[in-house]
Amino acid sequence: MTTRYTKDHEWVRMEGDVAVVGITTYAAEQLGDVVYAELPAEGATFAQGADMAVVESAKTASDVYAPISGVIAGANDAIKNEKWEIINHSPQGEGWFVKIRPSNKAELDALMDEAAYANYVKGL
Amino acid sequence: MTETAPPKKLPLDALWRARTSKFGDFAGYDMPLQFEGLIPEHNWTRSRAGLFDVSHMGPCFFALPKGHGLEGEAAHKKIASLIERLVPADIQGLRPGQVRYTMLLNEGGGVLDDLMIARPAEPGAAGDLYIVVNAGCKHQDWALIEDATKGEANLVRADDRCLLALQGPGAHHAAAAVIDPALADMSFMNVRRFDAFGRITVTRSGYTGEDGYEILVRAEQATVLAETLLAHPEVKPIGLGARDSLRLEAGLCLYGHELDPTTSPIEADLAWTIQKRRREAGDFPGAKRILREYDLGAARKRVGIRPNDRAPAREGVEIFKDGKKIGIVTSGGFSPTLNGPISMGYVEAAHAEPGHVVDLMIRGVPRAATITPLPFVPHKYHRPKKGS
Repeated sequence: MTTRYTKDHEWVRMEGDVAVVGITTYAAEQLGDVVYAELPAEGATFAQGADMAVVESAKTASDVYAPISGVIAGANDAIKNEKWEIINHSPQGEGWFVKIRPSNKAELDALMDEAAYANYVKGL
Repeated sequence: MTETAPPKKLPLDALWRARTSKFGDFAGYDMPLQFEGLIPEHNWTRSRAGLFDVSHMGPCFFALPKGHGLEGEAAHKKIASLIERLVPADIQGLRPGQVRYTMLLNEGGGVLDDLMIARPAEPGAAGDLYIVVNAGCKHQDWALIEDATKGEANLVRADDRCLLALQGPGAHHAAAAVIDPALADMSFMNVRRFDAFGRITVTRSGYTGEDGYEILVRAEQATVLAETLLAHPEVKPIGLGARDSLRLEAGLCLYGHELDPTTSPIEADLAWTIQKRRREAGDFPGAKRILREYDLGAARKRVGIRPNDRAPAREGVEIFKDGKKIGIVTSGGFSPTLNGPISMGYVEAAHAEPGHVVDLMIRGVPRAATITPLPFVPHKYHRPKKGS
């Protein structure tokens, strides 16, 4: 399944009928060691681009935006249990943030693919 | 301020760029923010020694005009009396080689900047003061000092030189090995000149809560000094990011955050910087307000705050008690030493006692926090015991 990316450095990947969402390797590197993160509750609804979560490093607090519209279908237990280092160790794997049940799958196709995101990051 | 000009490069720009690409604009200078990472740099400084480039700051020499005809103590008293027009510290009472922390005040008793004033140790420098002001305020500070003392003294800026801070428990090993063994014997808040790396002016001081030095060195000599220090096994380069978490743990004020033109030194819990002679004379700007607050207490007070959970409370977070706003966070973030969030801020005096529980309104949610004595991490300044 292909991974899609936003300009705000979230990634999103469909697994079955839910979308797994996290922050990109680039974002995790820019942040540095994560010292706090706050995830939304299961069942919460977000429109695309809405503030959904917060991730904080020693340096700064960053909002994490919903890359697509939908309902939160689950959140990463490791992060909920304050194992924030997982975000730095595996931002695009075990360090995922939430699962979203999409309300409009077409939003996904409009996001950047891997090559487009790599190109976007290069220009930053 | 309208700072549209591109940030200035530090004299040691190339040396830092060879070690990091993470730079950012601070007070009009393009400064290295981070090398290995904020937390490892912070921890290295607390356990070994960190080298910081603080050449953006405003070192200057403030001196009686040539041919002033005064000697020794009389020359010092004269130059000190001139700067005392603007600051509440007892500068006349400085011994040769002593440094004091103080602040420039406005007529309302608010703080225009905080600064260090040093009386040189060398007899030949009688009638000189070495002053270091903050980067963001330096031009207005120098103009203020010059206006207040026109024709009576000269201010020579030294911000074309490099100011390097070497901080941490290993700082004295590195400084003694690289510069002069005598650096290890200096006491905290003392100044000396050394004939090394050109001629350098060294204060045993800093803004991390650690023992250490701030070294004023000419730009031509600074590269070799920095590289020699960095070659010492105790020393690593540290960016501005860790400098901020170190000073926050040390409970030290950052101008523009804990201090501003509306905030008095008493509110900021800096009464200790106003020595008895000045309090009795009441001869500094804003003395009326400051002495009233000194005697009766200020309505609000700077405090340390530890969130009871893990969410950092950063600058601007409002502080509540029983649903009523009682204050605001002025600096906050993550403490690597305590492995948790810490903040400083101002609260109404009735809620400023350590142990008092307040609410921090973070993203619309109140979170419990406890008023905590400052500093969060004990200072480790080098002060030889009297009589030894």
